[in-house]
Amino acid sequence: MNSMTTEQIRALIARGKMKDTIFQALGIICLAIGLLVIFLLVGDMLIRGLERLNLDFFFQYASRRAAQSGILSAWVGSLLVMLVTAVAAVPLGVAAGIYLEEYARRNWVTDIIEINITNLAAVPSIVYGLLALGIFVYAFGFGQSILSAGLTLALLILPIVIVATREAIRAIPAMIREGSMAVGATRWQTCRYHIIPYSMPGILTGVIIGLARAIGETAPIITIGALTFIAFLPPVPFTATGVDGATAGLFDWVMSPFTVMPIQIFNWTSRPDPAFEANAAAAGFVLMGMVLSMNGLAIWLRYRMRKNIKW
Amino acid sequence: MFKTSQLVSTFAVAGLTLFGAQAAHAQIVKIDGSSTVYPITEAVAEDFQKAKKNAVKVTVGISGTGGGFKKFCRDEIDISNASRPITAKEMEDCKAAGVEYVEMPIAYDALTIVVNPKNTFLKQATIEELKKLWEPAAQGKITRWNQVNPAWPDAPVKLFGAGADSGTFEYFTEAVVGKAKSSRGDYTASEDDNVLVQGVARDINAIGYFGYAYYAENMSRLKGLPIVNPKTGKAVEPSGANVENASYQPLSRPIFIYVKQKSLEKPEIREFVEFYMKNADQLVREVKYVPLPKAIYDSNVKHAKDKKVGSVFGGKNEIGITVEEIMKREAKM
Repeated sequence: MNSMTTEQIRALIARGKMKDTIFQALGIICLAIGLLVIFLLVGDMLIRGLERLNLDFFFQYASRRAAQSGILSAWVGSLLVMLVTAVAAVPLGVAAGIYLEEYARRNWVTDIIEINITNLAAVPSIVYGLLALGIFVYAFGFGQSILSAGLTLALLILPIVIVATREAIRAIPAMIREGSMAVGATRWQTCRYHIIPYSMPGILTGVIIGLARAIGETAPIITIGALTFIAFLPPVPFTATGVDGATAGLFDWVMSPFTVMPIQIFNWTSRPDPAFEANAAAAGFVLMGMVLSMNGLAIWLRYRMRKNIKW
Repeated sequence: MFKTSQLVSTFAVAGLTLFGAQAAHAQIVKIDGSSTVYPITEAVAEDFQKAKKNAVKVTVGISGTGGGFKKFCRDEIDISNASRPITAKEMEDCKAAGVEYVEMPIAYDALTIVVNPKNTFLKQATIEELKKLWEPAAQGKITRWNQVNPAWPDAPVKLFGAGADSGTFEYFTEAVVGKAKSSRGDYTASEDDNVLVQGVARDINAIGYFGYAYYAENMSRLKGLPIVNPKTGKAVEPSGANVENASYQPLSRPIFIYVKQKSLEKPEIREFVEFYMKNADQLVREVKYVPLPKAIYDSNVKHAKDKKVGSVFGGKNEIGITVEEIMKREAKM
């Protein structure tokens, strides 16, 4: 081996450190570009929509007059659709994830299922919309309802929930499982008392990130026929419907026609009257706020629940 | 124990109402179709709901004229918004599904040719000039203003127009090129007319076309081009008055709603249609379209009462049809 002088070694180290600094700077620049774009977008929407951001905006229906137009039916619709989506996607996705990790044998059937789930995550959302139009809207007869929309978006985020569940389960050390089995617990008992509670933070994060994606989806919702003008809310359970003194059932709201935030925004940007641009910007800002607060909630939940896990 | 049984019965009722829900929503007026007609129907729906104190609910969707007729002929909606008359194919579909309808012209829309306000050389244009500019043969060849008319400067032409799925595109190509959906493809196309408005407002060499409402709301940044009426040889400015007196031709077109005959038997739909026709004049003006004479609105209501179903256009989209012509045909019905 050739011996290196001290100077040569120092020069080598200096070169290495130099590359280190360059990469660090590059990383920071990339991060800054991403953040800058977000801040510019949100800031721009806030500035242009500020005049419309008041309490009335949240509690008025859409109107042909920009100044009297609000997002009541849109945000209520978005939240209700998300509720149906969560109720449908979480049990299905979590159960599928647990089955694949804890119960399924490693064979070619499982491999095919796994490949399919990964592929499903990459299917464009409009395809889910077309599928749902055929299945939920027509074959099942759910019509253009909150139920159809919620189930469509549930399909869309199902792969995300399954993958998140599996990742969370894989992060649990094998010794936990082995210890549980060693004291005589069945597979289900191991899942019930160890696997599910410990993987909960990861699962919840996955679910909320999935929902945050779903709330901004426009294409599949337009395909199944969300409305553009709707100036009433879905029936509140056990209140009068206004039809022959009948009261609404507990689940009547799922069959109600609806609109969602992205559709309301799209409609406002395409109107002739430029005054609606402020409405669109304000609604865009509200939607961004909804997405960011959902992501924030995911981070907070993960932090809280991880703190309580002591192995 | 009492609590459990109560819970069970609640769920049983809930389960029943989940699928019996449609019956409870009987008083919804369902409307869908053209985005061009949408602003008018939306205005009527808004005021109607207010007038009825929300006892009747109205929903309006935008699926395009073709998409609206598809739903209409599948018996899914009560009223179809249409920016052109029903086609022969759609008439067949409706017939097959047993859907009968009353055709109601509700307003006039003027396709407006717009240029940048700083454009000084364009004072007017003829249909022939527009055809030279927009026909399929112009693709890649006609790229400078002086190629259309030697009196115009040697400067590039920037074209902005409607996307191929819109009724506006269909009508413009039929009226200007002479064949529906036949147009050059190398222009900035958008279904969103605001994109076209901004494009023309920013480029001094731009020319574009879209519905009159988008021009009316953006007059400060656009110049509406007077179009020579081929019958009189006079250049006519795009304006409400010129559409009403039938001189802005052939780029004026009537727009419609189609109401399902079966729905007209429901009192709330009949009321909605009567409200529509009674307030059409004012609301159509408010959203910057051109209203029809009162006689046509009256005859629409009468046709609804007398169950005069069918279309007076025989499945064809006609160019340059005047208010008088519509009145004559409606009267014959």
